[in-house]
Amino acid sequence: MLERESNLKAWLYLAPALLLLSVFTFYPLFNSFYLTFLVGYNYLKPDKIFEAYTLVGNFKEVLSDKLFHQALKNTVVIVFVSVPISVIVSLLIAVALNGIKKLQGTFQTIFFLPYVTNAIAVGMAFAFIFNTNYGLVNQFLGWFGMDPVKFVTLGATWGTSMIALLVYTIWGGLAFKIMVFLAGLQNIDKQYYDAAKVDATPRSRVLRRITIPLLSPMIAYITITSFIGAFKAYRTVIGMFGASLAPPGLLPKDSLITIVGYIYSYIYDTAPGAISIAAAAAVILFVITLVFTFIQMWVSKKRVHF
Amino acid sequence: MEDKNTFIDKVKDSMSKFTEKVKVSAKEFWSNLKSLFVKGDGEKEQKRLSEKRRRVIRKAGIYTFLLVFAIIIIIPFYFMLITSLKDVDKIYEEIPPSLWVKFKDMMFINYKASLENFDYFVYMKNTIVVAFFATMGVLVTTILASFAFARLNFKGRDLLFLGFLMTMMIPGEMFVITNYLTVSDLGLLGKEGGLFSGLVLADGSQSALQANIALITPFMTSVFYIFFLRQAFKQIPDELYLAAKVDGTSDFKYLRRIMVPIAAPTIITITILNMMGTWSAFIWPNLVADDEKYRLITNGLRKAFSVVGTGERPAFNLQMAAAMLVTLPLLVVFFLLKKYIMRGVSRSGIKG
Repeated sequence: MLERESNLKAWLYLAPALLLLSVFTFYPLFNSFYLTFLVGYNYLKPDKIFEAYTLVGNFKEVLSDKLFHQALKNTVVIVFVSVPISVIVSLLIAVALNGIKKLQGTFQTIFFLPYVTNAIAVGMAFAFIFNTNYGLVNQFLGWFGMDPVKFVTLGATWGTSMIALLVYTIWGGLAFKIMVFLAGLQNIDKQYYDAAKVDATPRSRVLRRITIPLLSPMIAYITITSFIGAFKAYRTVIGMFGASLAPPGLLPKDSLITIVGYIYSYIYDTAPGAISIAAAAAVILFVITLVFTFIQMWVSKKRVHF
Repeated sequence: MEDKNTFIDKVKDSMSKFTEKVKVSAKEFWSNLKSLFVKGDGEKEQKRLSEKRRRVIRKAGIYTFLLVFAIIIIIPFYFMLITSLKDVDKIYEEIPPSLWVKFKDMMFINYKASLENFDYFVYMKNTIVVAFFATMGVLVTTILASFAFARLNFKGRDLLFLGFLMTMMIPGEMFVITNYLTVSDLGLLGKEGGLFSGLVLADGSQSALQANIALITPFMTSVFYIFFLRQAFKQIPDELYLAAKVDGTSDFKYLRRIMVPIAAPTIITITILNMMGTWSAFIWPNLVADDEKYRLITNGLRKAFSVVGTGERPAFNLQMAAAMLVTLPLLVVFFLLKKYIMRGVSRSGIKG
């Protein structure tokens, strides 16, 4: 009797969250899978007609779509270039921050800034910084005798605009990683360092033999979650290049499209069947992130240390 | 008025404290630097000095490294600010761009122009309405659910919690696709049919209420915040709960009087993060708010950018003024409530 009563009470406390999650989280999970099996689904019609069922038809269409290839290529470049660089740089910054006492708080605040800002607003600032004639980057390159590079303006190539996007992505990714690494470093037991001091171990060795091994579970965790996060890149592209997802000029529209950008382009498309293409692409993205999640679980089970 | 003065005093105070700190650091740095070039007598003294020298050089290296990256982090904000205050002709004449504008040359009028062609206050009002109701929803649903997960025993608790956590690793687009169809089915997009289709405007287009319902309801709860708050609730000792039980305090009273106040810092963190999230929301409003006049601040910014960002001579100063208008409130909130925000973020990282 008593148990049943407390059961009921618990469900009452859960009810508001559960109701909203059922409608906007749990149901979509199944429905989005279901959508991938429909052909010519038209949700605008009141009776929601579709032509036929298909098992892999939508997936086939996505995987053979040139635009998806472009999206996959761009996303993979963003993931595998920006994440390793930002992990290494933020680790170095965190170690440096941990080694100082004066102004530590001030630096910490500065490094945190990118986290609290608006991706679109800062993307616009970056677009201007990379402007060919009036931006800072080309001025800087000029000091080294380089000719102005067209990054985001008329005449930009895929490579140059990707470089600008990567710089912005790395810049935006530092804050979170620095904070987490710093918290991790501050949790390392001081006695390891004291022991190293007694033995007069050189600093570089302390970093390689104590700090990094002890921090390795966190490094692995951050790296993998950052891979997952970077696979969802989209807002950075919108911020820098706008809805055309490409710099103006030579390049075709959508040259810098990402997987998420691809999904949205099909959500916006109201033609029958388009939503199923979007769903299929979302499932592909899900599978990719699932693979990384399993790697993450496997790595954390192995407890990387040395 | 008094409030304002104390605020200014506070700012002044922290400024002077900061400059003091920098001064002391600089003095110490200088004396260390000088000591590098002092010749010592005797072998022992020499050795001590060389050790000191190495230490100072190392410290200088660390600070230089941090300073370089701090500048890299600040440059976009600074360039945004300085450009927003320039005259547009100046931007086009000055190559290379100057990094300073004299106070008398600062074009504060850019902000006025930007406010106007941006419709800033319309977007601001929309954003505040959506942020307020979504955050209220989040607070109510997460506090209740976290309490159930942290304190109450019920069948299937751990399994349900695991189910909640699993949804966190699923890309948001999986949800967005169906949620878009759901709000469309509910008649919230100004199309025919659906529960809320009665709310359309006379001409059959989406009403403000419909747009707001579509913007708010999907974001009235969050698995991540439930997880986050449950952690905080779990740290409150069981003894407190049992003692309250013995006294005959009801669960709800205990939650309200004991748990919520104790977990207040976490609840404040959730409130701030959620408000800031709405401020930066872009994709969902773009999708479900049919008309520009219902959309949120970031959508407005992107639109303002495309209005003044095309043609032969884009008005970079107005673009950057618009970007500043969106960035500045975030920075103000950040500096006022730094403690809560940074705490929340470094905690959320250690969840693994």
